[in-house]
Amino acid sequence: MRALLLRDLRLAVRAGGGFGLGLAFFLIVVVLVPFGVGPETALLTRIAPGILWLGALLACLLSLDRILALDWEDGSLDLIATAPLPLEAAVSVKALAHWLTTGLPLVAAAPVLGLLLNLPGPGYLWLVLSLAIGTPALSVIGTFGAALTVGLKRGGLLMSLLVLPLYVPTLIFGAEVARRGAEGMDPVTPLLMLGGLTCGTIALLPFASAAVLRVNLR
Amino acid sequence: MELVVEDLAVARGGVPVLEGVSLRLTGGHALVLRGPNGIGKTTLLRTLAGLQPPLSGRVSLDREEMAYAAHADGIKAMLSVEENLRFWAELHGLRDIARALEAFRLGDLAGRLAGSLSAGQKRRLGLARLIVTGRRVWVLDEPTVSLDREAVGWFGAAVRGHLAGGGMAVIATHIDLGIEAEVLELAPFRAVRRAVADDFDEAFL
Repeated sequence: MRALLLRDLRLAVRAGGGFGLGLAFFLIVVVLVPFGVGPETALLTRIAPGILWLGALLACLLSLDRILALDWEDGSLDLIATAPLPLEAAVSVKALAHWLTTGLPLVAAAPVLGLLLNLPGPGYLWLVLSLAIGTPALSVIGTFGAALTVGLKRGGLLMSLLVLPLYVPTLIFGAEVARRGAEGMDPVTPLLMLGGLTCGTIALLPFASAAVLRVNLR
Repeated sequence: MELVVEDLAVARGGVPVLEGVSLRLTGGHALVLRGPNGIGKTTLLRTLAGLQPPLSGRVSLDREEMAYAAHADGIKAMLSVEENLRFWAELHGLRDIARALEAFRLGDLAGRLAGSLSAGQKRRLGLARLIVTGRRVWVLDEPTVSLDREAVGWFGAAVRGHLAGGGMAVIATHIDLGIEAEVLELAPFRAVRRAVADDFDEAFL
C-alpha cells in the first residue's frame, strides 16, 4: 500500500502530474468572483464561505479523471488488479493520494483566499476545519466516479455529471459550517453531519469503487 | 504444484469465444497457446489471471499465483526504469530488483526515465516486472512483440530460469522462443453457441 501511495505522489509532482492544477484553478475562480459581483465588501463577506467551498469543490473535480484513467491507459490498472493488494485497498490508497495532492493544498490555501473575499475573522478556523473534514469525502466520491467511467473515451464529462450530484450533501453541510462560523453562530451540528458524511463515504465507497472497477476491467 | 483447468468457457464482450478448454500443467513446464486472431487467446489468459470470471469451468490455482503480462506494460513514463521496477517489487512484497535488471540487460538504463526508452526497451522493462512479482505462474500474452532477436533470446533464458525454479508459464505466441513447451491449439475449442445468458446492458454507455 505504501508503495502505491508513494508512486502516486511521486507521479503527481513530476512533470505532467497535475499537482497544483487544482490549486491554481481554485485561486483563479476565487479571484474572479469579486470581478463578477463587484467590490462591495458586505456582499463578498456574505457569499465568501459558499464561494470558497464551491471553488474547492470544482478544483477537486478538475483532477478526478487522472486518478484511474492514466493507469488504465498504460495497463497498470490490470496489473494492480492482479497484485496481492485487494482492489478495495488500491482504490482507497488512490483516493488518499488524490486528497494529499489536491484536497490538502486547497485546505492550506483557503485562508489566504478567504482574505481576498473579506471573510470575517471567526470564519477562518471553521472554513479550514470544514474543508479539512469535507475534502476527503470529495476525493473518495470522485474515485468512485472515476471507477465508473474508467475505459470510456472522453469519460471526464460523464464523470462530472455523475459525481456533482453526489457532492451536494458535502457542499451543503461544508458551506453551512463555514457560513455559521463566519456569522458567529454555532456550527457544531452541520460539522457533525459533515464528519458523518465523510466517515460514511470513506467506509463504504471503496467497496463500491472496487466492484465497478472489476466489472469495467473485464 | 499443478495448474489444472477443467472445461473452461470464456466470453469476450458477452460473446462466448472458447468452451471446453481443459489443460494440465505441472511445475517446471511451459504451455504455448496457438490459434488464429480472435480465437480468444487473450481472453483465456485474462481469465487465468483472474481479470475476468469464466462463463463456466474451473481453474485450480488461485489468481494470487499468476503474474500477468499483456500488450500494455504498465510503465510510467515519468518514473525511471529502477523506480518502475521497484514499485512493482514492493507491491508484491519483494525488494530485490537486481536479478530482473540483469536478466533483461537493463542495468545501464536503470536511471533513465521510462518515457525515453524505445519500444523494445519498454517491453524488456515490462517483462522484467514478471521476475519481481515472485509469482509461480507466468501468464504471457504475445510477450515478444517489438523485441529484437537478441532480446527474444534473453526472454527465452528468463523463462527457462523461471521453469528451472519450479515455475510455470502459459504463453500465447506465434514465434519459436527456444523453450521446451507443449503446444495447445485453440481452434478446436471455438465456442459454437451464440446466445448469451448475460442480461448486462452496456448499450446505454
